[in-house]
Amino acid sequence: MSTTFDTVANIIAETCDIPRDTIKPESHAIDDLGIDSLDFLDIAFAIDKAFGIKLPLEQWTQEVNDGKATTEQYFVLSNLCARIDDLVAAKGA
Amino acid sequence: MRIEYFQLVDKITDLDLDARIVRAEAGVPATSTIFEGHFPGHPLMPGVLLIEAMAQTSGWLVTALTGFERMPFLAAVKAAKLRSFVLPGQMLSITAELLHDGSGFAVTKASGKVGGKQVCEAELTLRVMPFPNSELQRGMRETAQRIGFPMERLTHD
Repeated sequence: MSTTFDTVANIIAETCDIPRDTIKPESHAIDDLGIDSLDFLDIAFAIDKAFGIKLPLEQWTQEVNDGKATTEQYFVLSNLCARIDDLVAAKGA
Repeated sequence: MRIEYFQLVDKITDLDLDARIVRAEAGVPATSTIFEGHFPGHPLMPGVLLIEAMAQTSGWLVTALTGFERMPFLAAVKAAKLRSFVLPGQMLSITAELLHDGSGFAVTKASGKVGGKQVCEAELTLRVMPFPNSELQRGMRETAQRIGFPMERLTHD
């Protein structure tokens, strides 16, 4: 069974044509991988479908804009995967 | 369609919020300066306008699903196919179905038919955001009224 990170990394590689082996848990989706907001919508679509969740992108963006969170909290892939796991767990609760 | 205003949907013919599908009609005008250039002697509805008509139909569905509180803007077009020529005076019947309701975005699958034959299709991504101003929100409601948007469905379904 693939891990959350494997699934997310494969989605990013396929959606954005980024070599899979350059995508690491410590990669920042925006700063390191150069993913822009439009491409991230495709990634979010694929993640939502793969995990049966709805990534709260608007809430995250608002928190970053308000200075209540950093982009690292949501867009470093290990952190993104932890958020996904939380959302999946919340769905099953 | 009010092609000169880029308002391509004439009438909402069906809205099913449970199935998340909308159907609309868009009549291609018999004459327009657009057809003088596209193309001289061979007037055709431009393919980008077919895509725009599908996007606007998708937009009405997404606007309905937000209760007219948010505005969709076209962000991406995928798998667009323009299968046949669409001519001045023809009536387009457009169907748009919501594939995904994301956070701040929506994905639809739309298609258009003329005389029962499919002429175009696409998968569309729309950014969905609060109305940038009250004028636009008011304008959308006015346009909705003009095209027979079933406002009562928003509260009764």
